[in-house]
Amino acid sequence: MSGAVLARTATLGAGASAGAGAHAGASAGASVTAGAAAGAPLDLARIRADFPILARQINGRPLVYLDSAASAQCPTAVLQAVDHYRTSLHANVHRGVHSLSQWATQAYELARERVRRFLNARSTREIVFVRGTTEAINLVANSYGRTHLSDGDEVLITYLEHHANIVPWQLACAASGARLRAAPVLDDGQLDLSAFEALLTPRTRLVAVAHVSNALGTLLPVQRIVQLAHARGVPVLLDGAQAVAHAPVDVQALDCDFYAFSGHKIYGPTGIGVLYGRESLLAAMPPWQGGGDMILSVSIEHTTFNELPWKFEAGTPNISGAIGLAAALDYVDALGLERIAAHEHALLELAQARLAALPGLRLIGTAPGKAAVVSFTMDGVHPHDIGTILDSEGIAIRTGHHCAMPIMERFGLPATARASFALYNSAEEVERLVAGLRQVRNVFS
Amino acid sequence: MDLKELYREVILDHNRSPRNFGTLQPADAEANGHNPLCGDRLHLTVRMEGERLADVRFQGQGCAISVASASLMSEAVKGKSRAEISGLYEQVHALLTGRLPADATDGRAALGKLAALAGVAEFPARVKCASLCWHTLEAALAQTRTPTSVSTE
Repeated sequence: MSGAVLARTATLGAGASAGAGAHAGASAGASVTAGAAAGAPLDLARIRADFPILARQINGRPLVYLDSAASAQCPTAVLQAVDHYRTSLHANVHRGVHSLSQWATQAYELARERVRRFLNARSTREIVFVRGTTEAINLVANSYGRTHLSDGDEVLITYLEHHANIVPWQLACAASGARLRAAPVLDDGQLDLSAFEALLTPRTRLVAVAHVSNALGTLLPVQRIVQLAHARGVPVLLDGAQAVAHAPVDVQALDCDFYAFSGHKIYGPTGIGVLYGRESLLAAMPPWQGGGDMILSVSIEHTTFNELPWKFEAGTPNISGAIGLAAALDYVDALGLERIAAHEHALLELAQARLAALPGLRLIGTAPGKAAVVSFTMDGVHPHDIGTILDSEGIAIRTGHHCAMPIMERFGLPATARASFALYNSAEEVERLVAGLRQVRNVFS
Repeated sequence: MDLKELYREVILDHNRSPRNFGTLQPADAEANGHNPLCGDRLHLTVRMEGERLADVRFQGQGCAISVASASLMSEAVKGKSRAEISGLYEQVHALLTGRLPADATDGRAALGKLAALAGVAEFPARVKCASLCWHTLEAALAQTRTPTSVSTE
């Protein structure tokens, strides 16, 4: 099964990705073991030393951080990059003649190029910095939605979506008279692809789906989805928040029209994210937010807008965030996303096997292709209580609806407990989780 | 942080076997409570006799704290007047938010079994779980004040 999942993760675009492994020397503090081959296991001791927060104690126990799907930790390389910017480069970008402002602008635009390379986009004109995935999707829903949705049109999403890939479309549909439709999910958490295809109608104007489900970890068949949509002339937005940190993503290979992700889920700072948009689409879209930087000239009577990508970046951007994000991408690429995926997949298999063996524990989302996310319930114990008891043992998981109420409802659950695994997690931590869950069972027996 | 303080035997017992679980039919008022952060849901039905709460039931699903709190509340409020229920909630809220110290023995004694919720104060993320039922009860009681139910006699 692991071979099949790797094959699936490889189809996220590893082949064409120019960035993987190419930046080994550039990032201070990256733990690259000498002569690391594509298949060599991660040096976990060195990696964990890169993340000082992992040495914390919580309630007298060493922290076991199993909530990276909510937000990942930053390695010192990222913190140092942000600090270096703040201590020697900071000035406002795009407007100044003085040295600091030129260097700051250069650093910011180099970060943009770094993202372009990471996603294998054709041009930096296709890379828009935003606050996060949510803002990226709102940008498209507003700007593309305003000019392409009318009364009776349809937007197609799925029941797996995070609220960030539901609510912006609901708002756009309400404003335009278009209708939101959602493809159903099978009992193992896979998308019902034939039902999805049947929901593509002559009125469909946009498809927006998650690349990886945050609640269940399901890997969606995005290449097939793009093919089906494009055959009908329908563009596709992919919510990549849960994907980019876990397998290589190549937007040209995927041929998607929009791709969104958040910096803080790929070991970067919060408050920074990326919208990739196909240049022809972005060029035709009206500006979203107005203000400085997104203009070429302004008079009271008439304003002309800036070229791509700045047309969509109004106001002073999160400069240090972009620089931190570039450092995070360097860190990840130095380790290699295929190696990270293999490491996480091994943890997923271990966790699923150990958890499934616990009495009264039910795994939710058992698709053959999954990211290292384990959603589960325990008979007679509410996820909230599971979370509190695990917290008392120093273990951080997430409980609740995971901003994905429709999929919780579909499975008839008010909430689940969710453990997510990242590049710095270990097999020992899986065992700590299992021991913690036994403690939960003790308290509630 | 002592788990045993939160998950005391009284709490676990009331979670396992919640008292007054169900629905009153007919009811003088009902209200729904929902804690979106963790998925606790509550449906409360009440029957009044004048200004006193004669009977109450609750349905729903939620964490052990929310279920136990609703169960304990349902026992504590039967037969009490609106004013007494209001006063009781203030005491409970003080307990939940750590403003009723352990040495305030009179205050805690007046709470009876509700004092078992004292541990929640050490787990601030759970205060909303424990207070959900009280907010829902307040909403139900507010309904019984509507003009159509006020007696002109």
